[in-house]
Parts: sequence; structure tokens; C-alpha cells
Amino acid sequence: MARLTAGVGSSHVPLLGVAVDQGKTGDDYFGPIFAGYEWTRAWEEAEKPDVVILVYNDHASAFDMKIVPTFAIGCGEHYKPADEGWGPRKVPDVEGHADLAWHIAQSLILDDFDMTIINEMDVDHGLTVPLSMMFGTPEKWPVKVVPLAVNVVTYPVPSGNRCWALGEAIARAVASFPEDLNVQIWGTGGMSHQLQGPRAGLLNREWDNKFLDTLEREGDDARHIPHIEYLRETGSEGIEMVMWLIMRGALGPKVKPLHRHYHIPCSNTAIGHIVLEPVT
Amino acid sequence: MTAPTDIHAYLAELEDIPGTRVFTAARARKGYHINQFAMSLMKGDNRERFKADQRAYLDEWPISEEAKAALLARDYNTLLDMGGNVYFLSKLFSTDGLSFAEAVSTMTDMTFPEYRDMMLAGGRSPIGNRSIKANLAAEGAEANKGNN
Repeated sequence: MARLTAGVGSSHVPLLGVAVDQGKTGDDYFGPIFAGYEWTRAWEEAEKPDVVILVYNDHASAFDMKIVPTFAIGCGEHYKPADEGWGPRKVPDVEGHADLAWHIAQSLILDDFDMTIINEMDVDHGLTVPLSMMFGTPEKWPVKVVPLAVNVVTYPVPSGNRCWALGEAIARAVASFPEDLNVQIWGTGGMSHQLQGPRAGLLNREWDNKFLDTLEREGDDARHIPHIEYLRETGSEGIEMVMWLIMRGALGPKVKPLHRHYHIPCSNTAIGHIVLEPVT
Repeated sequence: MTAPTDIHAYLAELEDIPGTRVFTAARARKGYHINQFAMSLMKGDNRERFKADQRAYLDEWPISEEAKAALLARDYNTLLDMGGNVYFLSKLFSTDGLSFAEAVSTMTDMTFPEYRDMMLAGGRSPIGNRSIKANLAAEGAEANKGNN
């Protein structure tokens, strides 16, 4: 059977992709950010996951305002990097795992989550930046990816509670997939940042770290944080952190924290990164 | 399970954050064509056509005169008020060759170097930036103190 072996949380700031693509990851500005991912790159190389369920949000790339799915799962064979206005990133195409993705999609729907199914789409920095952070610059990504896109742009976005429950349902779906696969789930986005209006530039080191503490602890307190708290404390785009709850919900009540990294700033954003292992 | 959410209370709270336009359904509806115009700049051919004659390109869209003026002026705060969303508007500032941080800084009362320095120093503090109502109450209390 497929095994959900770990959860990873990470920011997905587009500038990190630029740093990778332009070879600036060791300079004074980016060096401390990337140093916090070295542990994870070595760990991923040892872990060799077969598939990553990558929870992210599309930033007006695959989806425009014509259709706004709350939860959408990529069931395609492969995905190309999106042109976000300055040409697509020169990173490998992303290979899907259609068998697992369709299995998860069916299981989730039977489990009362009315998923949108995507067969074709381009994937933007929300998905490719975390791959670069965890795997560097390979010729080909070493994992297959099941993209899980969450609407965190048009309100209301899904509640933390719903995200957590979706994670729990994803865990059940993975556990019932007959093939022996090492599967990780990644929650991306955040941490505190606000990209709009006179309040832009808001960061909140204290709140972000409290959130990371909560994810490391046993229990599910974080699912009850209301949207307004993310907005007030972590900026309008800090709401992306509800996507980390899908990852954390999938790991079960108790986790073992393996690695954690926090850095301010990257462009407009606080960088957060965490690696957790489920404890059964 | 959580209790049902009161939609009116939920939406009212979203309007209580200083200097912030949460992308609610009302804004999404109002700014639909602004955002779809910005989205069209994802395509290289459209970017070229837009750059060649911005006004003519904008005239192809069912966008109000005020919104066209705000787009031409790159007045992003006005565009947020008109229902623009930053992820869509980012296609416009990418077309202009601006970084996210530089474009975002134009919405604040700072120059880009000042904004960059603020970010390097730890960003904008949430203190005093959490709630319009709380700020007004604090100002009121301060004013009363002055009267005593």
C-alpha cells in the first residue's frame, strides 16, 4: 500500500525561483534563506519519495476569474511551467502520477469533498519554487507530483477546519492506494506577507513562529484559527497558511518535528519551512 | 464541526483591516474585466500589442474610463478599490519589468528604497495595523485624555 511518510511546509515566493534560475542562491541576500533548506535537500535525497502531493495556490496562471475552484486536483500525466508574464521558468516539466491522483480524487469525492478535476494546466511558481527549494536544479524532477490547488485569493477561501479535514481525507485516500509508494505531502505558501495597499510589507515573526510551534505539537488547535486572525496578524496574503493545514491534517494527531527554518525577509515575505514526520 | 458562520459578520470583519482591500466576492465582481484584462498579458503577443498602444488595447475591454485611467497611470491603490487583485495586476507590472517588491512599494507611502529598508529591518509591524475600529477607539481614548 502507499505510505504517507512525511509532511513539508514551505513558502513559495517567486523571487526564490529567480534566485535559483539566476544562480544567486549563495549571495548575501539569498544565502541565509537557502542555507535553511540544505538539511532538507540532503534528507530528500536519502528519503527518495516516489510522489509528492503538492498543495499550492495558482496565482492567476492556470485559472483566471472565469472559474474559481476551491479545491482542485491535477489528474494529468504532466504539467508545463506557466508563463507568468515574463516567460516560463526554465525548469523541467512536472510529471504527474495520474493513477494515484485519480484514486485520491475518487476517494475524496466519496468522502464528501467535491473536488474539481484538472486534466490539463500549466503550473506556476506556487508549485515549481518548492520543487526547486527541495531538489535544486536537476535535469528532471526526482518525484512525480499530484498538484492540489487551493483557492486562497477570492473570498471566502476554505476554512482552516475544512483544509485540515481535507488533509485527513487525503491520508485515508493514500492509505487505500494498492501500489507500494513513498508519498509526501507538502503545504506551501505564506508565511506572513501582504502584497497590496498601504499596509503592504506587514510581517509578523512572533505569530509565524507560534503557528509553526502549533504545527509541531500534538493535536489540531490550528484548524480553528479564523480567517480574520491570519489577515490581521500576518497580512492579506498570509492566508496562504491555511494550505499548510492540509499537510498537517494529513499527518495525524502526533508528529515528530525533523527540521525548521525561518527567515525575514525575502522580497515582501517571511520565509518559513518545516519538515514533519507522522508518529503512529 | 464548527458552528455555521454568520456571513454578514464575516464580511464586515474583512473591511476592518487598515490599508487593505480583501478580495471579496463584491470586489471580484466589480473588478472582473480589470483582472481579465491583466490576465490577457500572460500571452507574449498580447504584451507586445499592449506595449505598442496601451490605450487602444484597453479600449478592447469593457472597462470604465476611470479604470482605464488608473491602469494607464499604474495607480494600484485605485485599482484595488475598483476590484483589481494584486495577483492579476502583477501581470501588468511584470509587463512593465517591475519586481513584485517595487510594484508593491508604490501602494505604500514609501519610496522603493525606503520600502526595501523596512523589509530588511523586519517588515511593517502588525502593531497599530490590525483593526480600523481598534485604531479609532484608541484615537478616541487619546483625544479624551487630552480633554481631561
